[in-house]
Amino acid sequence: MSETTEFAISIENVGKRYSIGRQRSSDDGMRHAIESALRAPRSWLRARHQQNTKKVDFWALRNVSAQIKHGEIVGIIGRNGAGKSTLLKVLSRITVPTEGRMRINGRIASLLEVGTGFHPELTGRENVFLNGAILGMSRAEIVRKFDEIVEFSEIEEFLDTPVKRYSSGMYVRLAFSVAAHLDPEILIVDEVLAVGDSSFQKKCLAKIASYAQAGRTVLFVSHNPDAVRTLCQRGIWLKNGHLYRDGKADEIIEDYFNDIAIEKCQSLSNTEHGLSIQKVLLRNERGQECSRFFPGDDLVVEVHYDAQKRIENPIFALGVAGKNGPCFTSNMLLDGHRPRFLEGTGTLTCTFKSVPLLPQDYSVKLGVKAENVIDTIVAYQEVAYFTVAGDLAEYGYKGAFETHARHSTAVVVPYEWRLPDGSTVAVSLNRQAPVLSGWER
Amino acid sequence: MAQIIGQSTRQFFIGSLEKPHMTEVLVEADRIERQYWRDLWRFRELFFFLVWRDLLVRYKQTVVGVSWSLIRPFLTMVVLTVVFGKLGKMPADGLPYPLLVFCGMLPWQFFSTAITESGNSLVSNANMISKVYFPRLVITVSSVMTSFVDFLISAIFLVALMMWYRFIPPIQVLCLPFLVMLAVGASLGVGLWIAALMVEYRDFRFIVPFIVQFGLYLSPVGFQSSVVPPRFRLLYSLNPMVGIIDGFRWSLLGGRAPIYRQGLVISVIEVASLIVSGIWYFRRTERTFADVI
Repeated sequence: MSETTEFAISIENVGKRYSIGRQRSSDDGMRHAIESALRAPRSWLRARHQQNTKKVDFWALRNVSAQIKHGEIVGIIGRNGAGKSTLLKVLSRITVPTEGRMRINGRIASLLEVGTGFHPELTGRENVFLNGAILGMSRAEIVRKFDEIVEFSEIEEFLDTPVKRYSSGMYVRLAFSVAAHLDPEILIVDEVLAVGDSSFQKKCLAKIASYAQAGRTVLFVSHNPDAVRTLCQRGIWLKNGHLYRDGKADEIIEDYFNDIAIEKCQSLSNTEHGLSIQKVLLRNERGQECSRFFPGDDLVVEVHYDAQKRIENPIFALGVAGKNGPCFTSNMLLDGHRPRFLEGTGTLTCTFKSVPLLPQDYSVKLGVKAENVIDTIVAYQEVAYFTVAGDLAEYGYKGAFETHARHSTAVVVPYEWRLPDGSTVAVSLNRQAPVLSGWER
Repeated sequence: MAQIIGQSTRQFFIGSLEKPHMTEVLVEADRIERQYWRDLWRFRELFFFLVWRDLLVRYKQTVVGVSWSLIRPFLTMVVLTVVFGKLGKMPADGLPYPLLVFCGMLPWQFFSTAITESGNSLVSNANMISKVYFPRLVITVSSVMTSFVDFLISAIFLVALMMWYRFIPPIQVLCLPFLVMLAVGASLGVGLWIAALMVEYRDFRFIVPFIVQFGLYLSPVGFQSSVVPPRFRLLYSLNPMVGIIDGFRWSLLGGRAPIYRQGLVISVIEVASLIVSGIWYFRRTERTFADVI
């Protein structure tokens, strides 16, 4: 044990194989099935079972090795299906690896979901005990922390109401409160648990950050690279079940964004005109690649192109669209500016200043034309995505805005009310207060 | 197929009182798991929480609540008494027929609810299995225990029934704890098998109700096994519940006939092998539960 205690988690060549069932090929019909079942029931059953579950092997994880020191905060990123969840399940011992081994030093707790084992018929109070026990807390521990848990959840008055009568928000609050009071040395968290309204999400992420500050080891699995960058020092990038990169979070994230951008633009080429868009990157005002912005931030769109043939007077059009349609655009057709020509590889950048967008998901669209070409060279289409994050309450917005008014618009230009009593109120979407300690940049 | 070897588990029990980094868990493919039984001990409280949950949940939003665990056996007793005692005119050896029936029903109802509940236990807790680690044995054993609580409630009814008939149990009643253990063992053994099989083969969802339905008539619940012709008696005793139910009746009511020893021995052997093989199969398949369920 002595030489290994340096590491909180040590993974050696871990692999996990799944067998994926396949559809049965062809059925010979009911009559045949009955006939063969009657003739030789045993072999028929066996054949049927094999057919039903004709399996194909699939390695969800292969040859993954990593050492995680005590007190390290590690972010695990990767696309859907890259093996993040499988790694998480293997580490939390829910499922066992097919090959390899791993060593865990210290009390470990994993949160793949909040409210596991919550029973709808039981009251909040009863569920706190049940859920705590499922997560590995002792009864004495739960009793000791009970008041704290209830306070954190902010649902004291509904404690003796069956959970099935809770709103989904209350449910998640209570569930997370229990989870937040686990006291492990190693915490494995799936970011999907940071659900609920944005203020609650902040609370969750702040809690995770506080674990980190307390010197605990945290493994944080995220689909959101920006969250990894702010919370973690180290990043592990999984790709197709393999450990693709392991290193400083900043660098890994940078490369990860690059990778995504390149993949997204793979189809954006026009062989006739010899132009291909290699990638479109989004950066914040500090030049970091980013997919998460706050209202009032600058949005930098960087288009990397490769022109095999010279294109005279190209026309670029960029646009940002939300769920309800286009928000704003920078279109050379409209403003009249354009490069004289494109030749070889190069970059075109457009900075949208102090973008006044409400917290929502957006996409960036790109189209390319040329002065003397009739048809488009690259059709106007989505090339990148970003999210505007933040809590409207921090911009002085109150009330029902969250749910209704938010969907009526995306852009909020600064405005000023002059009320009947003569007073004026100015509203703008520029960020004043930090959104979350440990989470803001 | 991974395993956990060597670990100083004290840390787990005493929690953060001890200095950290005492615990080491090694998970490895294809090794024997020594850690498992320690983990089972560590999660012993969860075991009681699950029993507590099932009991709490069962009678929520019912009007008469716990009384259901008295009403159900009472009505069954009435029906069986009428069918076998009055219409079938089965011999009662001078004992009140309802008492005879109830002594058979007590272990049978425990067994049938226990295998039904524990059989479904893993599938109905699938969410927990795929999201949190703990020894899965906890789930299945706790559902047998939940049924056992019902058994105890029904037993109170039996005491009341005996008082009503002013019946004093014979000295053999001292053997009852052993027979109760045997009934628990039978339920656990069969329950473990069904629970583990159910994870992959949901066919058992249909098979179990059949076992329960036919078992009621194939086991000596509504009648005594003495009505079975002697040459078939041994064959009949292959049903492990026969020995157990006969034993219950013998220890609670006495009766003229001595206990059928062969039947009881067969039951004991069967129960022991069911438990051992049940745990073996459960443990063997357990590591893939989260993947298959």
